[in-house]
Amino acid sequence: MTRPKADVNINDDYDKLYGFHMPERSAFKSRPGLSETLVREISHMKKEPEWMLKHRLKGLELFDAKPMPKWANMDLLSLIKFDDIYYYLKPEGKQERDWNDVPEDIKETFDRLGIPEAERKFLAGVSAQYESESVYHSMEESLEKQGVIFLDMDSALREHPEIVKKYFATVIPSADNKFSALNTSVWSGGSFIYVPKGVKVEMPLQAYFRINAQNMGQFERTLIIADEGSEVTYIEGCTAPSYSSDSLHSAVVELVALPNSTIRYVTIQNWSKNVYNLVTKRAVAHAGATVQWIDGNLGSRLTMKYPGVYMVGEGAHGEVLSIAFAGDGQHQDAGAKMVHAAPNTTSRITSKSISKGTGRTTYRGLVKTYPGATNAKSQVVCDALMLNKESRSDTYPTMEIDEKKVEIGHEASVSKIGDEQLFYLMSRGLSEQDAMSMIVNGFIEPFVKEIPMEYAVELNRLIQLEMEGSVG
Amino acid sequence: MSNQAPLLEIKDLHVSVEDKKILKGVDLTINQGEVHAIMGPNGSGKSTLSFCLMGHPRYTITQGTMLYKGQDIQELETNERAAAGMFLAFQYPTAIPGVTVANFLRAAMKGVRGEEVPVREFRNTVKQHLKSLGIKQSFMNRYVNDGFSGGEKKRIEILQMSVLNPALAILDETDSGLDIDALKTVSEGINALRGEERGMLLITHYQRLLNYVSPDFIHVMVDGRIARSGGPELALELESKGYEEFRPATEAKA
Repeated sequence: MTRPKADVNINDDYDKLYGFHMPERSAFKSRPGLSETLVREISHMKKEPEWMLKHRLKGLELFDAKPMPKWANMDLLSLIKFDDIYYYLKPEGKQERDWNDVPEDIKETFDRLGIPEAERKFLAGVSAQYESESVYHSMEESLEKQGVIFLDMDSALREHPEIVKKYFATVIPSADNKFSALNTSVWSGGSFIYVPKGVKVEMPLQAYFRINAQNMGQFERTLIIADEGSEVTYIEGCTAPSYSSDSLHSAVVELVALPNSTIRYVTIQNWSKNVYNLVTKRAVAHAGATVQWIDGNLGSRLTMKYPGVYMVGEGAHGEVLSIAFAGDGQHQDAGAKMVHAAPNTTSRITSKSISKGTGRTTYRGLVKTYPGATNAKSQVVCDALMLNKESRSDTYPTMEIDEKKVEIGHEASVSKIGDEQLFYLMSRGLSEQDAMSMIVNGFIEPFVKEIPMEYAVELNRLIQLEMEGSVG
Repeated sequence: MSNQAPLLEIKDLHVSVEDKKILKGVDLTINQGEVHAIMGPNGSGKSTLSFCLMGHPRYTITQGTMLYKGQDIQELETNERAAAGMFLAFQYPTAIPGVTVANFLRAAMKGVRGEEVPVREFRNTVKQHLKSLGIKQSFMNRYVNDGFSGGEKKRIEILQMSVLNPALAILDETDSGLDIDALKTVSEGINALRGEERGMLLITHYQRLLNYVSPDFIHVMVDGRIARSGGPELALELESKGYEEFRPATEAKA
């Protein structure tokens, strides 16, 4: 019996939907490559305070000094040509509060990506970053009246330097890793959110990051502070044109969840396959606070991202729910870090990954409990699904447990779309294609039900199925 | 469909798994309205036969034919066999995490019929069968076989069979792992589906299912062949004498 080959298509219409690009119109474009002159120039153009320039210069020094992470996929990482990258590109125009005032090309870009439409439908605030700078920003007035601050990072540094200075690089020091150092030296844009005590922001705030130019480096810097008892959901999305040469996206995201606050951070990363996505994301959760990272990685050539929660106050809770898709030539190296540094802290990591063709997924996780973190509980579940023989998946769970009175659970499964599952569904009348679709959709269900409806629909659309090589 | 053709006609079926011969010449004919039981010790090839009938890719047919309503089914995909009216209740139903029983049943009905089933009709059909099988409505929102007990899995298999309404139902060790109450419910479900239009093949290791569902014919399978066929009385003979009785005969044939 010959069976037609069914296949799962992920993101196959990327070029049409997201891979387009507009003519490049920049107000300022740095020369390619990284130098102290450039770092000083960026800081000067942004009219930054001296302390920020110092951060930047220290970052540059650390970037040069630090080696590449040895454990990483060096076959891909070593392909980055740091000297060919444009580290700062300021688009024409200034930040607008009305879409109509945004330059035509940029507006068209975001229109095609559905951003203004999403804002009308389900968002309380939107920020849109194009290359290195924010080009559009708005937030509901009612939130502004309650004292919620939602700005791009550069504006925040100008308008609220005291808060920025207090928290900047406190969660992720520039020396954390080579790429956090790089970001610190050339950061531009990103979001700043401050939610005052007790304020619950019910609708999500969203930022959308778009790279348009070739060989571009985007280094946004995000800082979210949820004051005591407050709540906020932040969503970020990102896409880029499909180019044959590489771009680099290296963000730093710091979250500070003060006592009894809740931060929910949702990422749908869908960079084109020529983007290296090397991101450092970490949260500090104080007593009774909850931080949830919901992390979807579909795009990029290589992603390295391990969102973390440092639970420093009693009863803090950290959560990472992530899903990764790796198609031909892609490597999604993602995971989570849960650090229990206080009693009665709890954490949960749920990681799902699907690799297809020559795609590769890696789960890299750390659960650490410090002495004194009594009754800490952590649950780690990671499931990998491989669709083809050439697909690859690896799991590296690390546990560092320095407190005896804890409960740590770990389950990992790696499966191929099983003949048994396919046979069972087909014996009930489903075609091989429908059976595969059902298995894959079931596999990602725990992730899909956690993300806002609009994104769930989008995600389901991205995972489409098609028959290949069927006898016609 | 020709009225003369039996519902299922298996002729001289030889089957291998990775070069290991499992079935060594099986002949079996099932007509509409008949209930057949195949009994045999573990490893005799009973489950292989049921998987082959449904087209499991792991099994290679090296010789012989399988005709369903006169049509050679070897060239049919598993789902095409299902659409043609064949059904296999699994001994070990597979879990499909993240997929609800409701979505699964709906997709199965669509697959078997070749068209979308109206929501109202789907609800009514399912509701009726849930009730008669004593399955709670809440089961519809659980993930298919995920964390189900052995008895729950078997009930859901019978539910599927009832909803899909096949012309030929093959039940592989449906009685295994059931307590007596579950066995009774499952048996009632099977009996409810007996009818003039339908054929059934029960595959079982033990006689106990046959206390509740009485077959028209019993076949004893040993070492990849049907060693003996007879009426319901054969089950009782097996129970008192065991399968040993049948081994020398088959070996003599070989």
